[in-house]
Amino acid sequence: MSEEQEVVTVVKAPVYLKYNFTAGAAPARFLAQIKKGVLTGQRCPKCSAVYVPPRGSCGGCGVATEEEVVLSNKATVQSFTIVYIPIPNNPIQPPYIIANVVPDGANVSFIHLMSECVNEDVHIGARVEAVWKPKEEWGFAMDNIRYYRPIDEPNVPVDQIGKLSVNGQEG
Amino acid sequence: MKEIAIVGFQQSNSVSDAGAVNEVEMIMPVLSRIFQQVGINNAQDVGFVCSGSCDYLQGAAFAFVAGVDALGAVPPIKESHVEMDAAWALYESILKIRMGHADSALIYGFGKSSPGELPIVMSQQLDPYYLAPLWVDSISLAALQARLMLDQGLITERDMAEVVSQSRRNAMNNPHAQLAGDVAPDDVLAQEMYLSPLRKADICPVSDGASAMIIATVEKAKEWGLPYAIISGIDHCIETHNLGMRDLTDSVSTRTAAKRAGMGAGPVEVAELYAPFSHQEIILSRALGLGDETLINPSGGVLAGNLMMASGLSRIGEVFNRIVSGEVQRGIAHATSGPCLQHNLVTVLEKA
Ligand SMILES: [Zn+2]
Repeated sequence: MSEEQEVVTVVKAPVYLKYNFTAGAAPARFLAQIKKGVLTGQRCPKCSAVYVPPRGSCGGCGVATEEEVVLSNKATVQSFTIVYIPIPNNPIQPPYIIANVVPDGANVSFIHLMSECVNEDVHIGARVEAVWKPKEEWGFAMDNIRYYRPIDEPNVPVDQIGKLSVNGQEG
Repeated sequence: MKEIAIVGFQQSNSVSDAGAVNEVEMIMPVLSRIFQQVGINNAQDVGFVCSGSCDYLQGAAFAFVAGVDALGAVPPIKESHVEMDAAWALYESILKIRMGHADSALIYGFGKSSPGELPIVMSQQLDPYYLAPLWVDSISLAALQARLMLDQGLITERDMAEVVSQSRRNAMNNPHAQLAGDVAPDDVLAQEMYLSPLRKADICPVSDGASAMIIATVEKAKEWGLPYAIISGIDHCIETHNLGMRDLTDSVSTRTAAKRAGMGAGPVEVAELYAPFSHQEIILSRALGLGDETLINPSGGVLAGNLMMASGLSRIGEVFNRIVSGEVQRGIAHATSGPCLQHNLVTVLEKA
């Protein structure tokens, strides 16, 4: 008989795969605008919902979103959470706020950071505005907007969140 | 048991690089064409939806969920997905209808393989302990299979070249084909070896695209007033993942699936076989016992364009097209998955 061998209980098999990733035609148009410092959405030709960032179709109707609309720098907090746990290699120090914000003129929210705020005072319906990085740092990325900060405007009632026009509370 | 019919089929062109489009943008045009063909608005008008795709192809997590954005899924629809070729999504949809949970279904498959190195990506479908960590790519495994056949005298390189030549010539009549042309077997044999004993032409191209199908009970097909073909049988069988335990020169699972699907109950006028490598078409047609009375891969098959996760469904769609056009009355379609024809599905289609 052969010598007794150690039992193999773990096999390490790391996976490395390379891809030339493309965002898609509609997201590419969005990214080209954000590189220029303009936040855009795309409108569904059927139900008029404005998506940001657009992914190519209205998920509700299943049709392509062609029309591009410029959105406001102002937005409304739809929901948020206070993060207390540090993320490895992330320069942001907890506690900080991650919020779903709906820019005025859009009907869906996206996730972004909040800053220049008292964490305990942040609430659903709060009005915020985008703080952009310096122009020379703009790339094809959402973090051209560094974060959102509170502004002194009345709260948006819950049933009106995601329904404001690009002119905000002035209608 | 309820008879089930195919009422519509659409496919995109097979292209080597679909460019900047993402999955939903690739699917939408095909779906809008099939909705138009069947005369419905969107997925709200069918009882069930099932898709086939694989996120590894484009390297985007949850790409299959993005595909749902092409459906018009508000209010919510009954929807499912297989991480397989959409031919298996058809299989799931047939079960759903037979169980009485739906009277019609939309099936679609899509693959954007161009962003990655497809043969390497495919190595990750192998068993995770012994083969996947070796990164054995799909072309190398097929080359081993072809070498076994050549060494045993089961095929010659000329046999393989004839399969390629026939595919290129047939594909000249297929507007969706990626590779077509009047290519003679000698032209193929004149090519240099790519991965011995395979030449580039023995290997299906890397393709981007999508296809879609709508099926229904015969009553529903009649209600819609559409031409249809009956799915008289469908079955699938799989062989062990351990390649060393299989006879790679034969396809037992294809033969068994065909038998169980009832292929032998009538003449096979046309057969669309999912053979990503030239020698595999020979394995499949021998396993199925197909002879001169059967037209094999009149579309050119997947050597003319291989939409991963959609080509199996397209094989079935190609046979459907030939039946509703009156060209043939009965035919079979084959779909495959896994290395060296591991998992095989056979569908028998008949004129209504
Ligand atoms: Zn819509």
